[in-house]
Amino acid sequence: MNGAHDLGGMHGLGAVGAEPESSEPVFHHEWERRAFALTLACGFLGQWNIDESRHARERQHPVDYLRNSYYENWMAGLSTLLVEKGFVTREEIQAGRSLHDDTRRLDPVVASRVDALLRRGGPVDMPPERAPRFAPGDRVRVANNHPLAHTRAPRYTRGRLGRIESHRGCHVFADANALGERRGEHLYSVRFEAAELWGSAAVARDAVYADLWEPHLVAVA
Amino acid sequence: MNDETGHDHHHDHDHDHTEPPPDPALRVKALESLLIEKGLVDPAALDVFIDTYEHRVGPRNGARVVAKAWVDREYRDWLMRDATAAIASLDFVGRQGEHMSVVENTASVHNLVVCTLCSCYPWPVLGLPPAWYKSAPYRARAVADPRGVLAEFGTLLDDDVEVRVWDSTAEMRYLVLPRRPAGTEGMNEDELAGLVTRNSMIGVEHALAPGQGT
Repeated sequence: MNGAHDLGGMHGLGAVGAEPESSEPVFHHEWERRAFALTLACGFLGQWNIDESRHARERQHPVDYLRNSYYENWMAGLSTLLVEKGFVTREEIQAGRSLHDDTRRLDPVVASRVDALLRRGGPVDMPPERAPRFAPGDRVRVANNHPLAHTRAPRYTRGRLGRIESHRGCHVFADANALGERRGEHLYSVRFEAAELWGSAAVARDAVYADLWEPHLVAVA
Repeated sequence: MNDETGHDHHHDHDHDHTEPPPDPALRVKALESLLIEKGLVDPAALDVFIDTYEHRVGPRNGARVVAKAWVDREYRDWLMRDATAAIASLDFVGRQGEHMSVVENTASVHNLVVCTLCSCYPWPVLGLPPAWYKSAPYRARAVADPRGVLAEFGTLLDDDVEVRVWDSTAEMRYLVLPRRPAGTEGMNEDELAGLVTRNSMIGVEHALAPGQGT
């Protein structure tokens, strides 16, 4: 979807304004610690995948997405998923306490399992069902698609000409995964010359690389 | 919301998504209480998640990878060929590092990592991303104006250096292998790791020169 999250190339947002590395804390407020941990703890319940999680944040109104701080967007996405999956209601989130006994129940992720879960992670490589369509050096164009659902092809790449840098293997296709369909597609690193993306004002020798799946790409003769 | 500035400019439409949200600390507290009451979350597990990424997993891990690559040519070659396995050999594994790629800075190429769509970042080697990495200005500008972003960090590149920006749009996670600073020939791996900053492994800065290190 063409949401506020798809930020590449947006103007007017100002300076990066980085805090010095030596003095920046991992979390700036206690509630950020809690928001982070709640998101992981609920994610490990296994009721949604990482792409559904991203999409839940992206589906906010663009004004909200841009106004919110980072972990506020995490909270918004988490609340949406918890409600949609039937674990809590909006009224309960407002109230901060249980109002209904008929919401879905699940055993929590207990502390003793956390290390193993984090170490295992969630690899997304899959056995391919067919040979890759593209090879390094091939010219490709990013399909000019504007799906209403989740996509990992950023707007600034769409319709643009690139070159296959490398084949990454067959990975779970995020766009389908966000809709609950776990299927593999060949993934490629694609190089875009800066001028192709940003026009003649860009420094000609610079380039942007994005990782895109086969359904995002169109062959160019 | 305690808002002394009064109502903002969104209130002329009747959408609750444009209401200013209440204090995030209160909202998170309410959600946490609710989830604990419903038995969906173990409070002790929350503490482990926090402790892991606040105290145990961070950019010192990545610095060890880089320092080893600087002193061990075979390791460097392995890292460039199969970063996931080479990094796992140092026991840096797991969530948000399942599929790793290392991009090497040279005299003619400078690499910079971003996630324009969200905040993808290699947790096992760098920990959680700094606030600026997740911010709208960085995500917007790193791809379109990388040299302007680098200049903001005090990193000025010659015109003949090629800037490569890596947008983390899939589950590949990127670690920049910065250039080994001049004058470090006599330093051992531990000393070298002290020169490797988090920012140099994202690509917004160079590694520290000897004497600048910690």
